[in-house]
Amino acid sequence: MTTTHSRAAQFTIGALFTALAAAAAAADQPVIGLITKTDTNPFFVKMKEGAQAAATAKGAKLLSAAGKADGDNAGQVTAIENMIAGGAKTILITPSDSKAIVPAIKKAQAQGVMFIALDSPADPMEATDALFATNNYTAGELIGKYAKAAMAGKPAKIATLDLFPGHPVGAQRHNGFMSGFGMQAPDAKVNELGKSAEIVCSADSFGDQAKGQTAMENCLQKNPDINLVYTINEPAAAGAYQALKAAGKDKGVIIVSVDGGCAGVKNVKAGVIAATSQQYPLKMAAMGVEAGVDYAKTGKKAKGYTDTGVTLITDKPMSGVESKDTKVGTDLCWGNK
Amino acid sequence: MNTPTDTPVLVMEARGLVKRYGQVVALDGVDFELRAGEIMAVIGDNGAGKSSLIKALSGATIPDEGEIRLDGKPIRFKSPMDARREGIETVYQDLAVAPAMTIAENLFLGREIIKPGLLGRLLRIIDKTKMLEESIARMNDLKVGIRSMTQAVETLSGGQRQCVAVARSAAFARHVVILDEPTAALGVKEGNMVLELIRRVRDKGLPVILISHNMPHVFEIADRIHIARLGKRACIVDPKKISMSDTVAVMTGAMRPDELPAEALA
Amino acid sequence: MSTTSRLPPIASLGPLIALVLAAAFFATQSDRFLSIQNFSLILQQVMVVGTIAIGQTLIILTAGIDLSCGMVMALGGIVMTKLAVGAGMNPYAAIACGLLVCMGFGLVNGLLVTRIRLPSFIVTLGTMNIAFAITQLYSGAQTVTDLPPEMVFFGSTFAIGGAAVNYGTLLMIALYAFVWWGLRDTQPGRHVYAVGNNPEATRLTGIATDKVLLMVYVTAGLFYGIASLLSVARTGVGDPNAGQTENLDAITAVVLGGTSLFGGRGIVLGSLLGALIVGVFRNGLTLMGVPSVYQVLITGVLVILAVATDQLSRKGGR
Repeated sequence: MTTTHSRAAQFTIGALFTALAAAAAAADQPVIGLITKTDTNPFFVKMKEGAQAAATAKGAKLLSAAGKADGDNAGQVTAIENMIAGGAKTILITPSDSKAIVPAIKKAQAQGVMFIALDSPADPMEATDALFATNNYTAGELIGKYAKAAMAGKPAKIATLDLFPGHPVGAQRHNGFMSGFGMQAPDAKVNELGKSAEIVCSADSFGDQAKGQTAMENCLQKNPDINLVYTINEPAAAGAYQALKAAGKDKGVIIVSVDGGCAGVKNVKAGVIAATSQQYPLKMAAMGVEAGVDYAKTGKKAKGYTDTGVTLITDKPMSGVESKDTKVGTDLCWGNK
Repeated sequence: MNTPTDTPVLVMEARGLVKRYGQVVALDGVDFELRAGEIMAVIGDNGAGKSSLIKALSGATIPDEGEIRLDGKPIRFKSPMDARREGIETVYQDLAVAPAMTIAENLFLGREIIKPGLLGRLLRIIDKTKMLEESIARMNDLKVGIRSMTQAVETLSGGQRQCVAVARSAAFARHVVILDEPTAALGVKEGNMVLELIRRVRDKGLPVILISHNMPHVFEIADRIHIARLGKRACIVDPKKISMSDTVAVMTGAMRPDELPAEALA
Repeated sequence: MSTTSRLPPIASLGPLIALVLAAAFFATQSDRFLSIQNFSLILQQVMVVGTIAIGQTLIILTAGIDLSCGMVMALGGIVMTKLAVGAGMNPYAAIACGLLVCMGFGLVNGLLVTRIRLPSFIVTLGTMNIAFAITQLYSGAQTVTDLPPEMVFFGSTFAIGGAAVNYGTLLMIALYAFVWWGLRDTQPGRHVYAVGNNPEATRLTGIATDKVLLMVYVTAGLFYGIASLLSVARTGVGDPNAGQTENLDAITAVVLGGTSLFGGRGIVLGSLLGALIVGVFRNGLTLMGVPSVYQVLITGVLVILAVATDQLSRKGGR
């Protein structure tokens, strides 16, 4: 063999090998789908960002889609089909309708796709391979415990500004709050809102600021002595505060909430909300992507329920209730800082 | 303002009007004339061209050829509004009233009386009192027997509604009133009520062009009858000098106009 | 009241009777219902929907309907708050911009209805989605906070004899009075009724029907803009998710108020009564501790009753 021949041979073999490696790498890039309820709620916007960042870091490809509105099951079913066609082997989903999505999930699972529910479970929970979510009952318990300590033995006249009837998250947070406060409360599996003598008014806020304000105004009209307000989320809390301020009662009433969005943490800092349970959509998404990459590489599926954690954020800590201040809260918050 | 019949003044005149809709020739060089102070009925079978003629005279369509004269002056209507501005008022078959609104409002629809003064003109405030007075005056003038001008038009009978529409046109017309099938769908008593009103409109000095299928009504009220046939005018006849059956015969083509005795023509 | 001596039978008194009966009922159920303070509260709670309903009434009087009202209102609110807070614009200029954007949407709706001759239902279905999307994109799905005090003026109150009266509700009532008078006593107002009652007749009498419709849609847009200012003032924030239920709530208020969906009939004051009926039920049921889903049920029943009454009274009127 002459020198030119061997050099040509080496070159050819080298090129061939690189091409094969590239093809192999491309074939190996995990494709992960993320389907949220909507793409306008900042909670889901943040979730998508977290997923995208994790995917980029791990060399995975992220496909994302959302329903048109809360409750748009058909849109999510279509998204599942499109993503499977796009090569997704793992789909992360926040189900709009926890029961109705199950058949579509089962069909996809039969084709080897892994499903992880984020933030809300499917019904039954086992319909997805895994669930990464906040324990909404715990979130409620934390602010319930906080409220009890903050009331310092004063008799409580409580208003609850809930979501709307029948929603599991609304029930879990409400009942968790009751349990944490020390009232007789339904357990985490119940979908109905518990009642008690101290809760003098319960109204639906639909998680909306304007409706929360109206609900609080009407509750105050019913019972002007309300001194503690549980709210389903921070927009509802902001609305409750508007109503209390208009009635001149903003100083004497404690408002607690759930979510930990950046706007909400700002309100804790401003003294509008006394304490909020912060949840971590970014973490849910990142964990989901990691599990997807794992599944693509090792074929090992994620299983069961993983609590993505909840932290009580307040600038007025109470003894016996662990919490972090708003500086930590702002660092960890989701939304526009 | 009745003019002597031996020197008839032509209020309106049309010569050689042609109107084509694609292949169909609706008006084939039709002539028309209307004397001052007369009721001219226009009759004809379907497709004879009478509605096309009326549309050309009222400005609803623009003829392809031909000339229309008003008081001797040649005139071109580009829209029904042009015709109105020249003082020609038309009452359409569907009456063009707003049923939920009152008689007074309908009489002045589109021409409401505005309160004088800066504020009135700026905000276009309606002078309801004046409108009501005027409505009562006009209706009394035409001897229309409706009690209250503040009734909604939909509460009136068919004949009364027709009277409101005719009275509206008479109130605002300066030259000609055109009525399209005014007694269609009316009972005997109501139909006669409307005919009475039409006579009073003529007596006030407004010539009337009347389209009708109702031969008895036409013979009762018309001064002259324009018979339309095949897009042209067959002839003008005098209802006092011709029988109804002969008129219908000319209309359907069973008899030719030159077969009529000379005194039947008008 | 109007020049019609024969009032449409039940349709105009119906809402008033319903409101009085509802109020009487709730007064017996809770001793906190019957007070000036509570009534002032209810007025504040309905002032946004009530103002939107003025615009909606005008459109429904022309036998049209506007499905975009709530979304356009939300857009107006986001525009004025983002300009004032984000771009540092003078608050009054920002408010004017918000009003102009809403009137612009009204103009688009009106042009599509009059020039392209599309049914208002379809047109406003489209603009509803467009307005919503623009609102979400422009706001980045974030609420706007820290508004300048001029912008929340209409949310503040002054005291009359121990009760807090809200400036916004006074504005709403003044607007209702003005529009009621305008529809009754001015030429453009009467033409709105004529166009709705018999558009062909109106055209034949020489009224520029298209101009009337265009004016109606742009004016409605103005009222949606004013409603957005009231909404911003009441909540103290620019909320991109505002207005979603106000869409149907405004139409409900107009229907409950006795205005016919067939056009040409109705009194704008009825829409205020319609909005108050919904507000009274919501307030009264909360005072009674009844779950909110019953309020939704009752509203549905009332709407059916209102439309049925309209239909029956029209037949009886012949």
